Amino acid sequence: MKYKDYYQALGLARDASAADIKKAYRKLAQKHHPDVSKEAGAEDKFKEIAEAYATLKDTDKRAAYDRLGSHAPGQDFHPPPDWGGPSGDHGFRFEDIDLSDLFAGLGGRAGGPRGGGAGGGANMSLPGEDFEVNARISLEDAANGTLVELNLSVPEYDANGRLARKPRVFKARIPKGATNGQRLRLRGKGGKGFNGGREGDLYLNIELAPHPYFRPAGHDLYIDLPLAPWEAALGATVPVPTLSGSVHLKVPAGTLAGQKLRLSKRGLPRPEGEPGDLFAIAQVVVPQDLTERERELFSELAAGSKFDPRSHFKVETANAE
Amino acid sequence: MQSELEESAWLNEHYSVTLGELAMLSGLPDDILRELVDCGALAPVSIEAEHWVFSAHCVVTMRRAERLRSDFELDANALAVALSFLERIHELEEQLRAARAQIPRRAR
Repeated sequence: MKYKDYYQALGLARDASAADIKKAYRKLAQKHHPDVSKEAGAEDKFKEIAEAYATLKDTDKRAAYDRLGSHAPGQDFHPPPDWGGPSGDHGFRFEDIDLSDLFAGLGGRAGGPRGGGAGGGANMSLPGEDFEVNARISLEDAANGTLVELNLSVPEYDANGRLARKPRVFKARIPKGATNGQRLRLRGKGGKGFNGGREGDLYLNIELAPHPYFRPAGHDLYIDLPLAPWEAALGATVPVPTLSGSVHLKVPAGTLAGQKLRLSKRGLPRPEGEPGDLFAIAQVVVPQDLTERERELFSELAAGSKFDPRSHFKVETANAE
Repeated sequence: MQSELEESAWLNEHYSVTLGELAMLSGLPDDILRELVDCGALAPVSIEAEHWVFSAHCVVTMRRAERLRSDFELDANALAVALSFLERIHELEEQLRAARAQIPRRAR
């Protein structure tokens, strides 16, 4: 079992008072709580803080933790023989467990924060833990549905009702219709219940991976559509990629840069109802290296055209010095 | 049209849960859920109905509510305020995401 320094996690000295522990936890929780903070790694940081607080706020657990002695964080250690924890039970192996699981097994659940765990009476029925995980999938997989494989290290109850951390592979089918931020609940696919307790659920938080062409907004998709000046001016039929293959889009004459051309129902499918739309955003681009002939033609157009793209500036420029 | 939660279900407005299911799935006790309904932080599909039914999306928000209640030791009133701010942030993030999706890549 690896040692964790709960006092260090909360930025406290080992003789901190109960009030100091609560104050330090609240301050750090406000900063790192994953439902409040958007900083990278907030969830892991908060878990560390909550785990430390769950043990240190409880007088008995804190005393038991203090009796483990002080070790370097991450150092392998065994509780002393007279520690008084579950080491006397047959078949109990400290190597298999996380320090938090050890304290979760001590005493009853005192109510929040998470990490407190449940007490392990042998006859008590305990529900399996729910897991919430991010599932990052491609736009194509969101459109077609996919099977994802998630590798998690999860605490599970052993035959004695004690928690031990086990690696588990979760396979989850994500039906078509996903988009960013949607949640999928997979009933009974979380942690195993103990003694007849219900199986936990697996909650997937869908994240769409960036795509080279498409940008999702809900179930609609946006794509940049570069057009040559003559295509924008004269109109054209141009190929546009969609999630289900290339289609031909009619660009009307006089299309302006930034104008959105809608391809109905070519966005992401919805779980229910009509698919979203695909919007092609016109961009007028010019060749960067003109051939001699192109230069001639553009010059001819410049000389012969009466078009003034800045006519609306006229009032201001007339008064300019 | 709403249907009951299946083995694998999107937590959106197309699925519904009862008050009891919401309590079980979120971990929030019935009385707190009722208080949140009173505060307007949680809305059943029909408040007049004899047995309240909620959009399955409420499972997501109430699980978050339970985490906040437990981790910050919040009462129902404080929870209602926190949830309204978080909902507002969520809406603004969605609007920001939609606005960003419309900005041509070269203009970024």
